[in-house]
Amino acid sequence: MSATTLLLVTLGLALASFAYGRSRAYSVARLGGGVRSMHSLPSHYGMMVALWCALPALAIIVGWKLFEPSVVSGFLHDYIPQSVYDAGEKSVELYKNDIGNRVDSNAIADIQDPDKKIAAEQLASMRHISSLAMMVLALAAAIAGATLALKRIKADTRARHNVEKIVQFFLISCASIAILTTLGIVLSVLFESLRFFQEVSVIEFITGTTWSPQTAIRADQVGSSGSFGAVPLFMGTMLISFIAMVVAVPFGLMSAIYLAEYASRPVRSICKPLLEILAGIPTVVYGFFAALTVAPALRSFGATLGLSVSSESALAAGAVMGIMIIPFVSSLSDDVITAVPQAMRDGSYGLGATKSETIRKVVIPAALPGIVGGVLLAVSRAIGETMIVVMAAGLAANLTANPLEAVTTVTVQIVTLLTGDQEFDSAKTLAAFALGLMLFVVTLCLNVIALHVVRKYREQYE
Amino acid sequence: MSDTTTKVRASLKKRYAAEKRFRLYGVTAIAASIGFLFILLFSIVGKGLPAFKSTFVKLDVQLDSATLGISDEPTEAELRAANFGGLIKQTMRDRFPEVSSRGDKKALYQLLSTGAEYELYDKVKADRELLDSTISLWLPADDELSALIKSDADLSNPDSIVTRMSDKQIAWAKSLKDAGQLEVRFNRTFFTNGDSREPELAGIRAALMGSAFTLLITFALSFPIAVAAAIYLEEFAPQNRWTDIVEVNINNLAAVPSIVFGLLGLAVFINFFHLPRSAPVVGGIVLSLMTLPTIIISSRAALKAVPPSIREAARGLGASPLQVVTHHVLPLAMPGILTGTIIGLAQALGETAPLLMIGMVAFIVDIPASVTDAATVLPVQVFLWADSPERAFVEKTSAAIMVLLVFLVVMNALAVFLRKKFERRW
Repeated sequence: MSATTLLLVTLGLALASFAYGRSRAYSVARLGGGVRSMHSLPSHYGMMVALWCALPALAIIVGWKLFEPSVVSGFLHDYIPQSVYDAGEKSVELYKNDIGNRVDSNAIADIQDPDKKIAAEQLASMRHISSLAMMVLALAAAIAGATLALKRIKADTRARHNVEKIVQFFLISCASIAILTTLGIVLSVLFESLRFFQEVSVIEFITGTTWSPQTAIRADQVGSSGSFGAVPLFMGTMLISFIAMVVAVPFGLMSAIYLAEYASRPVRSICKPLLEILAGIPTVVYGFFAALTVAPALRSFGATLGLSVSSESALAAGAVMGIMIIPFVSSLSDDVITAVPQAMRDGSYGLGATKSETIRKVVIPAALPGIVGGVLLAVSRAIGETMIVVMAAGLAANLTANPLEAVTTVTVQIVTLLTGDQEFDSAKTLAAFALGLMLFVVTLCLNVIALHVVRKYREQYE
Repeated sequence: MSDTTTKVRASLKKRYAAEKRFRLYGVTAIAASIGFLFILLFSIVGKGLPAFKSTFVKLDVQLDSATLGISDEPTEAELRAANFGGLIKQTMRDRFPEVSSRGDKKALYQLLSTGAEYELYDKVKADRELLDSTISLWLPADDELSALIKSDADLSNPDSIVTRMSDKQIAWAKSLKDAGQLEVRFNRTFFTNGDSREPELAGIRAALMGSAFTLLITFALSFPIAVAAAIYLEEFAPQNRWTDIVEVNINNLAAVPSIVFGLLGLAVFINFFHLPRSAPVVGGIVLSLMTLPTIIISSRAALKAVPPSIREAARGLGASPLQVVTHHVLPLAMPGILTGTIIGLAQALGETAPLLMIGMVAFIVDIPASVTDAATVLPVQVFLWADSPERAFVEKTSAAIMVLLVFLVVMNALAVFLRKKFERRW
């Protein structure tokens, strides 16, 4: 029985136990003087039985499915011949993968090597035993839980409290998933980074100026020591983010000011959603646009001016990223500008200021903290943006401030390091996690500061 | 007239000019931003529209068992190994008997897609009666020929055409066209095939199914979890440090770069739990972690918008706190919650970067049939095609983007509709 069928069977059992529990509660109530004599409604009793039936079984199925692959592959170790172990960890992985594939495709009989065949047969039988055991355990748990709960259907059982406690617990655990996610991110990125920093010193990583993550695949390879100086990546990221902000801040801010202060209601109700569309377009579309439309256009435009523009220039990627961020800046600024109290504007008008003077001298200074917060959020967005730079910026780690040349960024390197064929433990793949750590820390700091500033600002006028 | 008034009068003209300028900046900023949007859309639609049409060549194929190299009553295996490619080449040679040199023949065969023989095979497999008869068949043309025909170029003047095809090939194309053996039709292949190295055979079906499976998992996980978390935080959570931490955490998670979620997926689900690589199930889990904050935040807003009097009335009638929520608050907040969910899912549908990390960049020909099959999704397909050197893939990429955008527009329109239709102002 597959896990899916088992899940369905469990759900069916839960439904049945709900119905049975409820009718049982009704009959208990009939004997004891009506539903009113019971502590809870019959449906609460039914719910209690259903939960007791489904939850243990579900826990068993999910836990089993999560840990089964690693446990089974652990048992498999005894069946791998010593010669494979001697050839290194990589060949063990290969050996295991091959066996796994053979078993998946039902091709055990085709295996020539007798050792391998035995191992494959073992794997198949272990999987069989495991799925049988899971089924038996899960169904037993479901039935046991339901029976126990059925026994507790009495007038003085507080079924509603029982159910509500379980639901409450479920709600709390769902809310905690956010914490778990953060923890998972931090731990996974941190552990791999620590392993990376055992091979490459932190100082070299943060201050080195050459980035060529080619590690030796064979020990005798020439010129493949690999150097992991990430400064060119940081500079590239900053250059592209800077260009993006140069585009996004003026356009976004001026749009926000116009929409909040000048635009009539109908204009606003048309223009604002149109701007929001820009934010809803997937980044891969922007990347395609940057690489196939903007970059060639810039290149030929540069050629008419006598400039040599790289076909993967930072300018193209940055400008398109800026366009993507315009609605982000404008909607955040719009919010803070409209939050400035009308009294401040009226005071300014009363002193004879024109509208633009009021905006420049009164509204913007008052809204500045909020705008700065919004811009910081936009910067963090730009730093973490991946697809546009992967498609439109280059791979060459140049240390340059010239926007017409190709630069590479942290996110581009993470993608290139992890999408190629690489063993997982090489310094090359671990470097991606170190870069991920930097990215996470920097964007987190920016976000925390920005959210703090925005929140402080809101409190000021509330 | 006092001194100040004179000064003010004198500066008025300048100040009004500044006012006008400032206003103009605002109008320019908005016009430019919206202009960017239209340039983007036009450039994509302009490039992508031709991809929805493809060219077919009509050939009279004589299904001769001898040429196919099979017996009169072929078995399944025999049919599979039959020389359909040779038969098609033979047919092309018969159509243009004047072609004799080796190089020219090769150029002639290039007019047809390599997928033509599979089409022929499928046809014969479906109906054995066709063997040893002559059928007239529309077969897919090669991408270069297809582009040439679709561009409505003047075939009698080869010098005016920019193409990789040779003058001879253009002449053959002209002869086919004049004989009515070329036709441009709606490109069904684009919606029924998986990926392919040949542009004329590549389709988005596999990516669409992958996206559907991924989104299904994302919805199944993120919707209940996010609603439960929002209910807890908005209705039950005590005001304490832990709640504060959870709240700050959710706000921060909403701003974490998506690629970091990909790293999480790679390290935790693939390397630690050994879940299958490239599978929609892992993609769905990662995307649901990513969309959770979005849905939680909008669900909380929706719950907050339900007035306290509703809760108090329900409590007064004897409902338990949970009953208040499940019977009254949640149903009233549902439109808002659904709106937020759809917007979150639309975001997930367009997401690419985290899926690259967990290996959903594979070259997928087969349509995935379950959530654990190797699959790719629509945005990743766009990314893969954008990298392909063939010119015809540019229009495929744009067309795939158009399909993606259509889905996004539909989802967002649905969200707006839900909001407009069911939103209650208290």
